[in-house]
Amino acid sequence: MDLALSDEQRIIVDMVRRFVREEIVPLEDTLDPDADEVSPEKLAELVDKTKEMGLHGLDTPPEYGGPDIDLVTRCLIAIECSQHRAGLYAPCYYAFGGARQAQLFEATDAQKEKYLYPMLNGEKKVFFGLSEPSGGSDPGRAIQTRAVRDGDHWVLNGTKLWISGADRADYGLLFARTGGPGRGGVTAFIVETEWEGFNVRRVVHTLRSAKYATEIQLEDLRVPHENILGEEGGGFAISNDRLSRQRVPYSAECLGIAIKAHEMAVEYSKIRETFGAPLAHRQGIQWMLVENEIDIRAAKLLIFDAAAKADRGEPFRTESAIAKLVASENSFKVVDRSMQIHGGLGVAKDLPLERWFREMRIRRVGEGPSEVQKHVIARDILNESLR
Amino acid sequence: MPVRMDKPWAPLDTASLATVAAHLGVYQLANNKGEIVYIGVADARTLFGIKGELRKAVADPPASATQFRYEVNMAYRTRHAELLQAFIHDHGVLPVGNTDIDPRMLGRLRPAG
Repeated sequence: MDLALSDEQRIIVDMVRRFVREEIVPLEDTLDPDADEVSPEKLAELVDKTKEMGLHGLDTPPEYGGPDIDLVTRCLIAIECSQHRAGLYAPCYYAFGGARQAQLFEATDAQKEKYLYPMLNGEKKVFFGLSEPSGGSDPGRAIQTRAVRDGDHWVLNGTKLWISGADRADYGLLFARTGGPGRGGVTAFIVETEWEGFNVRRVVHTLRSAKYATEIQLEDLRVPHENILGEEGGGFAISNDRLSRQRVPYSAECLGIAIKAHEMAVEYSKIRETFGAPLAHRQGIQWMLVENEIDIRAAKLLIFDAAAKADRGEPFRTESAIAKLVASENSFKVVDRSMQIHGGLGVAKDLPLERWFREMRIRRVGEGPSEVQKHVIARDILNESLR
Repeated sequence: MPVRMDKPWAPLDTASLATVAAHLGVYQLANNKGEIVYIGVADARTLFGIKGELRKAVADPPASATQFRYEVNMAYRTRHAELLQAFIHDHGVLPVGNTDIDPRMLGRLRPAG
């Protein structure tokens, strides 16, 4: 695997790095340390600049107007975009375009007109409603929300939990059981948040003190049959490949934070003196920095291995799971060590480390916990379903 | 934690602030009738957290506020948004003193009760 950047990749990385340094970091100095968004006017200014760079809508396929970039380059951008205080969950405050609901690219033409294109144009916001109080990692078994056919409609009842952005969305993708147990009994629906019976009941407060999750209650929510996305009972078959692809830049965002935290730790260890010598002269500190370096390099190799395989059109599900597992676990350790090196300053809100620590902890759970990634990897190693 | 803050009100005066610490969190201000007139947040940019924000309110009460209550909360941003959204659900508008909030930045909450 050749990790040398092409000329084009180098130009892109330099451009994004400059954007973060000149536009995002100074802006962040004016915001609360836990802020995760800017005003619509400021966002529009930033978006204009990413459009000038030709890098807006990073996760939008080229046939829908997105930039034609490979996954390796997408990961290089993700590493750069995340290197600021809010960068893990709000990279560049979404100036490059937020994550898209990849399943909507598989919608019918009528659904695309009504839902996909307004989302791509930024006119409509969308949420993803899968997890429930009964679980999220094994939704095929955990989903208890029921959808019952009633003429040209389906009537949905149930509760969804940990759903980001549902209170601000115009519509969303909701998964409900239309058949028997297992994955084959689950159908994806497009639901509009203004419809009677769709209720966002509360904000779910977590370690992440911005960009909250919500709890949704569906009470006799009537959804037209035409709003089924994909096939009835085929909710999980939609866009698996696109979703696996998105997991790789997700891992690269973790790596970006780790790189920045490590940089800060290296710099601080050189200037902070204890007992008459810089921290960098202490073996205990040196070993922490060495462990940081090794964790970062290991994660980087695995991320680019997954991305390169995807770009070559080879199977990459296992590689994607390994990348997610190692990047989130290693980056958490890097941030933790970097905080330790900074001492009291590391846990204060004056520096971004404490926010990264809280948010990186969530990354070990979100988008499939580490244990579920191991389950996926084991299943592929053993070449069986391990049910 | 209930969606709507349900702690008792205290008079908005210097004496009542004696026991308020400089933690981060959220607070509400009300008029004599107990109507909420302002929902505030003491975020990490404040010099003395909730205490500092309430001191400012004592010196210059927004919307004729005479009472306060508060909640220490490290998830101050999400809690602030939740309280504002619950108020909009109940009253259809933001509290009269919250001219500092851009309604476009808020979501739609339909809390039970």
